[in-house]
Amino acid sequence: MRKQLVKTVESIMEQDKRVALLLGDIGVFGFKKSFELFPDRVFNIGILEQSTIGLAAGLSMQELIPIVHTIAPFLVERGIEQLKDDFGYQKLGGNFVSVGASYDYAALGCTHHCPGDVGMLRNIPGMEIILPGTAKEFDVLFKESYANGNPTYYRLSEKANASDYPVKFGKAEIVKKGKLATIIAVGPMLELAMMAADGLDVTILYYTAIIPFDKKTLKENSESGKILLCEPYYVGALLPEILETLSPKPVSIETIGVPLQMMTSYGIAREHDESIGITYKNIREKLLKLINQ
Amino acid sequence: MKNPLKKLKQIIVNASAKSGEGHIPSAFSVLDILWVLYDKILKIDPKNPRAHDRDFFILSKGHASLGLYAVLAEKGFFHFSEFENFGKFNSRLGGHPDRNKVPGVEASTGSLGHGFPISIGVALGLKIKKINNQVFVLVGDGECNEGTVWESALLASHHNLSNLCCVVDYNHSTDRALEMGDIADKFKSFGWDACAINGHNHEEIYNALVKKSDKPKVIIANTIKGYGAKIMENNPAWHHKSPSPEEFDILLEELS
Repeated sequence: MRKQLVKTVESIMEQDKRVALLLGDIGVFGFKKSFELFPDRVFNIGILEQSTIGLAAGLSMQELIPIVHTIAPFLVERGIEQLKDDFGYQKLGGNFVSVGASYDYAALGCTHHCPGDVGMLRNIPGMEIILPGTAKEFDVLFKESYANGNPTYYRLSEKANASDYPVKFGKAEIVKKGKLATIIAVGPMLELAMMAADGLDVTILYYTAIIPFDKKTLKENSESGKILLCEPYYVGALLPEILETLSPKPVSIETIGVPLQMMTSYGIAREHDESIGITYKNIREKLLKLINQ
Repeated sequence: MKNPLKKLKQIIVNASAKSGEGHIPSAFSVLDILWVLYDKILKIDPKNPRAHDRDFFILSKGHASLGLYAVLAEKGFFHFSEFENFGKFNSRLGGHPDRNKVPGVEASTGSLGHGFPISIGVALGLKIKKINNQVFVLVGDGECNEGTVWESALLASHHNLSNLCCVVDYNHSTDRALEMGDIADKFKSFGWDACAINGHNHEEIYNALVKKSDKPKVIIANTIKGYGAKIMENNPAWHHKSPSPEEFDILLEELS
């Protein structure tokens, strides 16, 4: 996805002279060509994320379209007040693209993990949150939304689904229709969810947008009243939307996601997945439990 | 134009007394600077406050909003009658300024250390668009405790933002917590052009604001918090306090 980010941004900057790229001293080598092609609109701002977000707001006031890119915890957790005050409160448009996801930088420890980004950002009114499942999907979603005048967060991850879906901004995809339960798979969780559901008569809904949340698709595809929510960040960020959408209908919900804990081990992301139960086997177990309730 | 500042101070005291809200001493501290800016410097049209070819002023220390509102009203951005509702639920005028409500307000500020980085972006944006307008930002010495002020100072000189002028309202309100020392020297070491003036002397303010520089420019405006109202001058107890009826009478008599 990171390579796609470079390609996508480069092609947009070629066509849209309003776009400016601000890097937090991350991805500088990858964007080498962009620095050469657009020297007046591509900046390696430095390691000062709070001011970078404020600066981006100033560019937005000048009717430019900023793209801020760095590692998730530095962009979101360090910059959360700037995202709230300088974009949410001011009602300005801007694009915030992170890498690292929950623990892609597993070996670097908790300072570089960010399973809390989605839960934090959903508390900023007006903030859009996008989790593409593949590189191509990022390209489609970003091109569709980068100039929509809203602050939008794109969460890129090393983990990607095997197949691309014809995604649309703010619209869930119906991957599979079934009667016994509905799986909500967010971004790169789709792959495991599909493996877990193999041979079972269940619906799979694929969400690449947390906000705006596609209520309609969920409402029309949850007849069983049994929901398995699969999220790649701190578990449960989508629960309020699900309950609000399906209320007053009674629902049974099982969840898969990152538990609220400091993940102090190192290693690689897959080892973290396995240690906290983000595996197709665990998803299948939860799914069967839900079906058999 | 005749100096209307005593009248504006009366309006500020009235609004604060009526609402029980507002930071009067901070407003009085910056009022001379704001007046010279809006009366003599800024190219901005009250009838078209978002015109593309305007200069920008950002009040980074948003708690001095009453000072900004008073000057904006005097310049015709909105009517003085709005002060009647200052701080009320449906008012456009709040304890910190909101760019989406108040004509002439460029940035919604309040939490310190936000307006300055935004001003860097506005100045950089003007450079990208090759527009020659100026950007002015006002920060407080307390605000200079914030790391983003010094991040912004680095960014402005690195990107050679000679279209940016920062005014520091140096009323020493932070001395009891964290002394800032020689702020001009600090900015100079970050690559800025720096000067220090009496922040209540209009001629000094004007001369500093119009001085050309090929670097970003900082003006250290030595000010008195609560300037012009003896009972509150340099008295931290007044920072966010509204006058009692007795204090209200004393203040209005002094400002009359």
